[in-house]
Amino acid sequence: MSIKIAVIQFPGANCDLDTIHVLKDVMHIDVDLIWHNYFKESKYDGVILPGGFSFGDYLRSGIIAAHSPAIDEAKIMVKDGRPVIGICNGCQILAEAQFLPGAFLHNESLKFICKWINLKVENNNTAFSNKMNTGDVLALPIAHAEGRYFNDNVEELEENNQIVFRYSTEKGELTKDSNPNGSLANIAGICNLEQNCIGLMPHPERASEAIITPKRTTHGLLFFESIIEFIKRRIS
Amino acid sequence: MALQEFIVEVIITNKEKARDPVGETIKRDLLAKKGYDMVSNVRSGQYLRFNLNTESEERAKNIVEDLLNKLRIYNPVTQNFRILKLQKES
Repeated sequence: MSIKIAVIQFPGANCDLDTIHVLKDVMHIDVDLIWHNYFKESKYDGVILPGGFSFGDYLRSGIIAAHSPAIDEAKIMVKDGRPVIGICNGCQILAEAQFLPGAFLHNESLKFICKWINLKVENNNTAFSNKMNTGDVLALPIAHAEGRYFNDNVEELEENNQIVFRYSTEKGELTKDSNPNGSLANIAGICNLEQNCIGLMPHPERASEAIITPKRTTHGLLFFESIIEFIKRRIS
Repeated sequence: MALQEFIVEVIITNKEKARDPVGETIKRDLLAKKGYDMVSNVRSGQYLRFNLNTESEERAKNIVEDLLNKLRIYNPVTQNFRILKLQKES
């Protein structure tokens, strides 16, 4: 069985090659980098929308890319249960495309925030978290200006287990101080009802090798390993 | 019917329940410090101006409302829009 993943390149993407590097060089997965206008879903078991500033973040982060033909293709994958993952700008794109509920607003501080945070796993059944345990606290960096999650109805998200990750302290406490951007209910990552489409603001591709992480952790790898595990379970 | 050029101006703002840190900062760190304490609230927004050629003013308004909704030029989860001004280009 050979698994093939696509990473979509939008104009203004800048985490596409980091994502490719982790999948290809660290995990030895078959992966293609594809320009957004040329992406066809039929060849792929999963797709990742990487971080960056697609279309310059004009109008709102992710909204122009949400109208790309690549999103029509990704929609087919969401519907038939294949993993569709958005990281940072990719996460904003999935929200603007309405694959995910809610929206991402400017950080409460109005600043671009680039720092390491702690992330608590809330739901380990998804295509992006099944290699973790609920309650695990992972170290990942964030790098965004528009990461403040907003939704009218957070109770519904909780009832449906759609909150996958939250910002927390190192011990897993959900405090105001551990919430870097003012996100509603410390939300850092969400999923669709079927749990195969996940958006995450922090950057696992920047936390997958000990040589580039401050505490020699490789927590980012768990996210990509979860995608592969999800595909294996789905195919078998 | 001959086409005429119209200008439609649109303002997009965050819904009241979504905090607006731009407006809050203008009020707290500028107005309040410079003696404008009679200002009780500031909300920021985004301004767009559309020039379009259509048959009528009503048609111009309908087209702009349609594109705002269909293409999610504003995000209904967090934002509202309002047409500020609709005029015939002179």
